[in-house]
Amino acid sequence: MNSEQLLSIQDLKVRFKSFEGVVSAVDGVDLNIAPGETVGLVGESGCGKSVTALSILRLLPKRSTLMEGNIHFSGMNMLTADEEALLKIRGNSISMIFQEPMTSLNPVMTIGDQIAEVFVLHQNLTWNQGREKAVEMLERVQIPSPNARSRDYPHRLSGGMRQRAMIAMALSCQPTLLLADEPTTALDVTIQAQIMDLMLRLKEKLNTAILIITHDLGLIAETVSRVIVMYAGQIVEEAPVGDLFKEPLHPYTRGLMGSVPKLGQKFKGGPSQLDEIKGVVPSLLNLPAGCRFNPRCPLAIAKCREQTPGMVRIGRQRQVRCWLVGGAK
Amino acid sequence: MIDDKAAIASTRKGNSREFSHLRTGISKFLRNKAACFGGVLIFIFIISSLLAPVLFSKDPNAQDIRHALEPPSLKQPLGTDELGRSILARIIFGGRISLAISLSSVALALLIGVPFGLVSGYFGGKIDFIIQRFTDVMLSFPPFLLALALVSVLGVGLKNTIISVGIAGLPHTIRITRGCVLSIREQVYVEAARAVGTRDRIILFRHILPNVMVPIIVNATLFFGMAIIFAAGLGFLGVGVQPPNPEWGTMLGSGRSLLFAAPHVATFPGIAIFLAVLGFNLLGDGLRDALDPRLGYE
Amino acid sequence: MFQYTIRRLISTIPVLFGISLMLFFLLRALPGDPAQVIAGELATQQEVELIRQQLGLDEPVYVQYAKFLGRLVRFDLGISVRTQYPVIQEIAPRLLNTLILAVAATLLACLLGIPAGIVAAVKPYTTMDMVVTALALFGMSMPAFWLGLMLIIIFSVKLKLLPVGGSGGFVYLILPAVTLAASLVAVVARNTRSAMMEVLAQDYITTARSKGVREKMVILRHGLKNSFIPVITVIGLQFGTMLGGTVLTETVFAWPGLGRLLISSILARDYPVIQGAILIFALLFVLTNIVVDVLYAYFDPKVRYD
Repeated sequence: MNSEQLLSIQDLKVRFKSFEGVVSAVDGVDLNIAPGETVGLVGESGCGKSVTALSILRLLPKRSTLMEGNIHFSGMNMLTADEEALLKIRGNSISMIFQEPMTSLNPVMTIGDQIAEVFVLHQNLTWNQGREKAVEMLERVQIPSPNARSRDYPHRLSGGMRQRAMIAMALSCQPTLLLADEPTTALDVTIQAQIMDLMLRLKEKLNTAILIITHDLGLIAETVSRVIVMYAGQIVEEAPVGDLFKEPLHPYTRGLMGSVPKLGQKFKGGPSQLDEIKGVVPSLLNLPAGCRFNPRCPLAIAKCREQTPGMVRIGRQRQVRCWLVGGAK
Repeated sequence: MIDDKAAIASTRKGNSREFSHLRTGISKFLRNKAACFGGVLIFIFIISSLLAPVLFSKDPNAQDIRHALEPPSLKQPLGTDELGRSILARIIFGGRISLAISLSSVALALLIGVPFGLVSGYFGGKIDFIIQRFTDVMLSFPPFLLALALVSVLGVGLKNTIISVGIAGLPHTIRITRGCVLSIREQVYVEAARAVGTRDRIILFRHILPNVMVPIIVNATLFFGMAIIFAAGLGFLGVGVQPPNPEWGTMLGSGRSLLFAAPHVATFPGIAIFLAVLGFNLLGDGLRDALDPRLGYE
Repeated sequence: MFQYTIRRLISTIPVLFGISLMLFFLLRALPGDPAQVIAGELATQQEVELIRQQLGLDEPVYVQYAKFLGRLVRFDLGISVRTQYPVIQEIAPRLLNTLILAVAATLLACLLGIPAGIVAAVKPYTTMDMVVTALALFGMSMPAFWLGLMLIIIFSVKLKLLPVGGSGGFVYLILPAVTLAASLVAVVARNTRSAMMEVLAQDYITTARSKGVREKMVILRHGLKNSFIPVITVIGLQFGTMLGGTVLTETVFAWPGLGRLLISSILARDYPVIQGAILIFALLFVLTNIVVDVLYAYFDPKVRYD
């Protein structure tokens, strides 16, 4: 199975050494992405989804991070790879788009230079050749008058334009995997659709696999083929997107869907009006015993408070981490 | 990454943030070894100044030419100066002068600077404009030169040193106070107080002043160190506290001509200045890290 | 950029007026007859009378100020009481010496302070960082004039490597420049460290790393220019403090600069020279602030386009 996967993560554990002790941000995550596939990673702030993405590229601070498990990309072990090998992968075969277009671009470097840098690093071009390529890339992401914009500093561009520039930068070397961490969260709703659309069209052309990280289920409903839901550092549900929306199995997933407004749609067994998940995300320093979701779960039983559920396979393509699902009652 | 970090940070801060603020401040300060060391230095400085007459029964200005320029020994731990006076005794008595100068000049700068800064920041408009142009002009003189210029007009001596050093620190005090007021004035609770028609005087004293105290105290602590250096500088140049008073800078000035014959005369008063200033700087840094939540990361 | 510089220059005009006003009142704040003060205690009655006429002391204050301003614009700062030479002639050669000293100290401070700050920021809370932080605190707390004396004791008296003081060539510059630079090195290192640490926590640094930029280049290409923005402001402010420090350093090393001229004039009550020297120091500081703002605009594109 490994050989046909582009990215394969097994039992990833990420812990941070902090002032108050060791915090477990990601706890036993398994995740596979096939070439050209589009996968959504969904969860609330602090559930470990961004940490997972950053650990793929090994971008977490070395001195304060403990990593365990396996991350294989195109047959290469990312966790044991040396810095030189990682430098060749970053921005080249795996690239990343971040949430905040306002702060993710270097304010004292022109847009063109920031894109050109990727070409200089990975394609052995000179800076001037890189700048020409940068203008081409800006044109591809449909930025008007790309030549002039390439000489602008980021603060002169709107949020949407900056995110287009980020996409241009990320796709410059035709990566096989794009990690998009909340790529549209900071943008206006109308711009959000445009940016998603642009990303997906370019993805089709380049046959790039995308991992879209978001807290917004609605955003990915029509774009991804598979959804992975994370809660408090663990995966709680994984399913093809159609199945998930037809019948969410984990109470948390149902809660997430209840939080998303939908026109004239009722969920089987779920709330029929816009609902919120009660309570707050637990502190990673002080996780509840048993199922991590139990304090907020409307269906929790005694067993949920005592024993930690494992991932249970449902059918061929689905998995869920819940005592109430899969006849385990 | 960003959201995860924020989550970790928020769990760390806990719930009763308001109440625990001061307590975490104090515990943070105590954990800061450098700041504690600074506190110890200042404590020694103050205690030895207060106890100087108890520690040394002899007048620190009394001359004893027969024992002039003795190097450090058991009897005279820091040696004697060109007039046979004990350098240790003079340094300890000199601490009283440095302490008096720094206390008075900081008080002077605060008493004038804080009200001006409050008014300038709170009322804005014409009065702000006038006060700010005035501080602009004062800030266009290098601070030590401002003190020198004032001394050249006022004359030498302890009182004029205090006035000159205090005024040299005035423009910064006004600026810092005004800056804090400006940021607090926009806070919701101040807007709310104004909206319900609270008097300006009450808003200034009840809402704004307590909130600008922390940065003002932190800066005053750092200003203590600067005042000691400035006063010593004036003394060294011969335009500060006059001999035979054992002011540290003045002592350094007279040791200057003895560098070849008796280097210890110039060495020890300088170490005293260094330790006192270091103490205030460490204390000020520690206070800032502990009390200013914005800068309180580690 | 050019426009920005021009605008910045124009904005200093009110400050220059303020400085001239303060200097104008500096002499008039002295007890006694200003003409007598300016002429000096040993002047004859005729000389005092001549100066009284020049100043127009019988006329209203604003006319006196206008005349004072008129003389300032022509760089006529009066006559030195001690030497009877025009003040401007006394000041000019010494100003050059002070500038040499100040520029040497600033360069030294940047060459030592910026790399030290970067090293400390890149590996925070390591031994290297602790050493830099501690040295910076020492440098800030050390009175420069005492450091100067200690350097003389070590390098001139004991090791006999460098001259005690005076001027005439590079060897004479070393100890005064090191002395003057000490606190500036400390301030530059501290501020570079904190600015760099803040910059390294920014999102665009993660972006740069995700592009495959080498850590060294992340710091040099993406970090350094951004962290310069706050550091430049501090260097500018500290330059003023350092100008004040020249008075002490020049006295310690008998360096024939403006600061030493100022202090000897204060001790001799040579008020025309005092006034002139303080004016030049203030102008120098104002000029530094303009240079800092222009540099700031160079480093921060947001300011440049505004």
